[in-house]
Amino acid sequence: MTRGITAAAGYLPHWRLDRTSIAAVAGGGGGKGTRAVAAYDEDTTTMGVEAARTALRSLEGPAPHTLWFSTVAPAYADKTNATAIHAALRLGTDVGAFDVHGSVRSAMGALHAAVGGRGTHIVVSADLRTGLAGSPDESAFGDGAAALVIGDDRDGPLLAELIGGGWATEEFLDRWRTPGEVRSKVWEERFGETRYLPLGETAWDDALKSADLIADQVDRVAIAGPHGRANAALAKKLAIGDRLVPDLDASVGNLGAAQPAFLLTAALEAAEPGQVIALIALADGAHVQLYRTTEAVTQWTPARPLTAQAAGGAPIAYGTYLRWRGVLPTEPPRRPEPARPSASASSRSTDWKFGFVGSSGPAGEVHLPPQPLDASAVPMADAVGTIATFTIDRLAYSPSPPVVFAVVDFDGGGRLPVELTDIDVAQVRIGARVELTFRRLFTADGIHNYFWKARLVA
Amino acid sequence: MSSHGIKDRVAIVGMGCTRFAEHWDKGLDDLLLDATGEAFTSAGVTKDDVDAYWLGTAQGGMSGMLLAKPLQLEGKPVTRVENMCATGSEALRQAAYAVASGAYDLAMAVGVEKVKDSGYQGLNAFPVPSDGTQRTLTAAAMFSMVAPAYAERYGVPMDELKATLARIASKNHHNGARNPRAQFRREMSVEQILAMPDVAGCLSVFDCAGVADGAAAAIVCRAEDAHRYTDRPLFVKALSFVAGNGSGLTDPAYDYTTFPEIAACAADAYAQAGITDPRAELAMAEVHDCFTPTELVLMEDLGFCERGTAWKEINAGAFDLTGDLPVNPDGGLKSFGHPVGASGLRMLFEAWLQLRSEAPPERQIGTVADRHLALTHNLGGYPGEMVSFVGIVGTEPTA
Repeated sequence: MTRGITAAAGYLPHWRLDRTSIAAVAGGGGGKGTRAVAAYDEDTTTMGVEAARTALRSLEGPAPHTLWFSTVAPAYADKTNATAIHAALRLGTDVGAFDVHGSVRSAMGALHAAVGGRGTHIVVSADLRTGLAGSPDESAFGDGAAALVIGDDRDGPLLAELIGGGWATEEFLDRWRTPGEVRSKVWEERFGETRYLPLGETAWDDALKSADLIADQVDRVAIAGPHGRANAALAKKLAIGDRLVPDLDASVGNLGAAQPAFLLTAALEAAEPGQVIALIALADGAHVQLYRTTEAVTQWTPARPLTAQAAGGAPIAYGTYLRWRGVLPTEPPRRPEPARPSASASSRSTDWKFGFVGSSGPAGEVHLPPQPLDASAVPMADAVGTIATFTIDRLAYSPSPPVVFAVVDFDGGGRLPVELTDIDVAQVRIGARVELTFRRLFTADGIHNYFWKARLVA
Repeated sequence: MSSHGIKDRVAIVGMGCTRFAEHWDKGLDDLLLDATGEAFTSAGVTKDDVDAYWLGTAQGGMSGMLLAKPLQLEGKPVTRVENMCATGSEALRQAAYAVASGAYDLAMAVGVEKVKDSGYQGLNAFPVPSDGTQRTLTAAAMFSMVAPAYAERYGVPMDELKATLARIASKNHHNGARNPRAQFRREMSVEQILAMPDVAGCLSVFDCAGVADGAAAAIVCRAEDAHRYTDRPLFVKALSFVAGNGSGLTDPAYDYTTFPEIAACAADAYAQAGITDPRAELAMAEVHDCFTPTELVLMEDLGFCERGTAWKEINAGAFDLTGDLPVNPDGGLKSFGHPVGASGLRMLFEAWLQLRSEAPPERQIGTVADRHLALTHNLGGYPGEMVSFVGIVGTEPTA
């Protein structure tokens, strides 16, 4: 039995912040290039859903029996966030869903547990980084998510098989954050670098030994971790050279907890069969995994290639970014704030609210939302539709007015008047094609109201 | 299964209506006392003479005690009713059926809303605990989708349609300016209205109903008793109601250029009243102009003109105060204001004034010289999912 990766996907939000726009407002900071910015209606859970559903779309083997979700910015504490992803993916109640939160290392830990375990796992990681205005973190990091499906070769083709690994753990203070704060603090960077280099070398050597390889036999190396300087130094120390999987720091930013799986996915998308790919994560220690790609990688068509996602997107003004993240408190709309969703009502409609499952009537017509008299359920989350008509509502409450709203007719039946997102008012038109995306409509009484919106088909 | 109606079995014998306004100095109780007091006086009765009450309010409070307490009613049945923005009409419908059944001799329908205590502009729905997936769009935005759909279906250039919508608002402001009980009493030209910025779709605030506090009341009895209370009663010809099933929201065939619930409701009302040509037989109509595109489409759904022609008829002045069929001679929701639970009865109040030639001379319609029927239309909800009321009253006991 060989274990490895059966599907992989990354998700980048639509918006890009131009780092050169930061200093004029913040009085410093910023830099060159852009970073990915989660929309006001996204959080690590919704981005995790987007990455996971994209990964599952190309999965040929069995559905996961365990879901791991890892982030440094969980939408809820005390309540599991993985269960919302589980519901949005319409996984069965017999599929376990667990949070592995707190640090970038947690994401690598979840992947480590999944490859070392049995059965099929989906490992979802997401990061949403803010930091104070003008901070290095604000510029260096980006928002995004990634999902890897891990399974056995008995159950279906592996894109890449795990051939070895090594790791090293050490307690030292590099980066830390008090729960609830937007700002992470870092010790003098040089100190972290001196810790990461030997740990990285140890893990690397152990990994090569476990796979019975020498360093030159590794074709591609992805180095992830929040300590950019240590990442670069290790690449130099290990003489990775042009085998390094390019990070997307210039256009997207360091994706933090999502970075290991994201870079591995990027490497797989560009890979040829028989290549050895190393994933190195430097976060409170070092962790190395070695994979060898299979023939299946040539058959694999990523549903949303990362290169296209990285090249896409639309600019967001720095002021809007600050407002969306709550760093710049602004006057809320002068409308009553929405009421918190009911836990019991939400529970009864989990299939609709989280899974976007409609129903079909006696003549086969699709009903959205599902109607109580209908007998059969119709999953519609992956449906594509056309805008029949639309309006712009400058009066309705929204965390980011105006509300862009359209009546959408779905291919294969079904109509839903639904909010649009990731869109400029000028872009909306009758006849435009839209797809669904899982979002957080608003938060009331600390309850995140998750539901679906529509966005233009990329 | 039939809708028989109660044509000529029930009469309206007294009415009252407060001014609709931002009544910062009046509460729900004050508004109720004002409207019911005027209605009692109008019919020459006291609160004790009325056997049963129906109180319509969408969000003013709970239960019949909302009326029993301020009026200090003793041992009277009071029913609170709610049917969205058609609440006032629903109260009338229940009171009329109650006297028609013989259960009571004299009944009152009251509608009231105190919307200006919320601290927010506009109307704000009472939140019912839900799964959070419901649409949160404003009514203005929902109805705004009618305009481009209508323009597209009938090939009307959008700027021409916008001018027609502005003409609807301008007409209702013109009428409201001649109404001392209306919220807005200033005339607005088409040009002024067209210059306003859009707030929802292509609608500006001048395409939207006024938001006001107010109350209105009607006293009903069996038709044969009507002349005990007044020489000039209005006889109920039709009371029709349709609650939509929301299919317009889910049916891709729905195109936002018509409100099927209203067309069905109007057909039922005309059948009850024995009306075959509403445009020629009605002296006036009060319709639910919550937004200007609503009034546009209503002209067709209520059968006042052929489909696709309302915009031309409006431009030609057919529904002006001096037009062929005056629509909203009191200023409508646009200019009279829209205290949700009161609006249906406010419409009836205008029919009461106009058919009895008691409207102020500057807005008294001339059609009453040879026509004796008035229509009131009240809706609640949104395109695709609405409730509709159509009532018809007349001064003559037989058609």
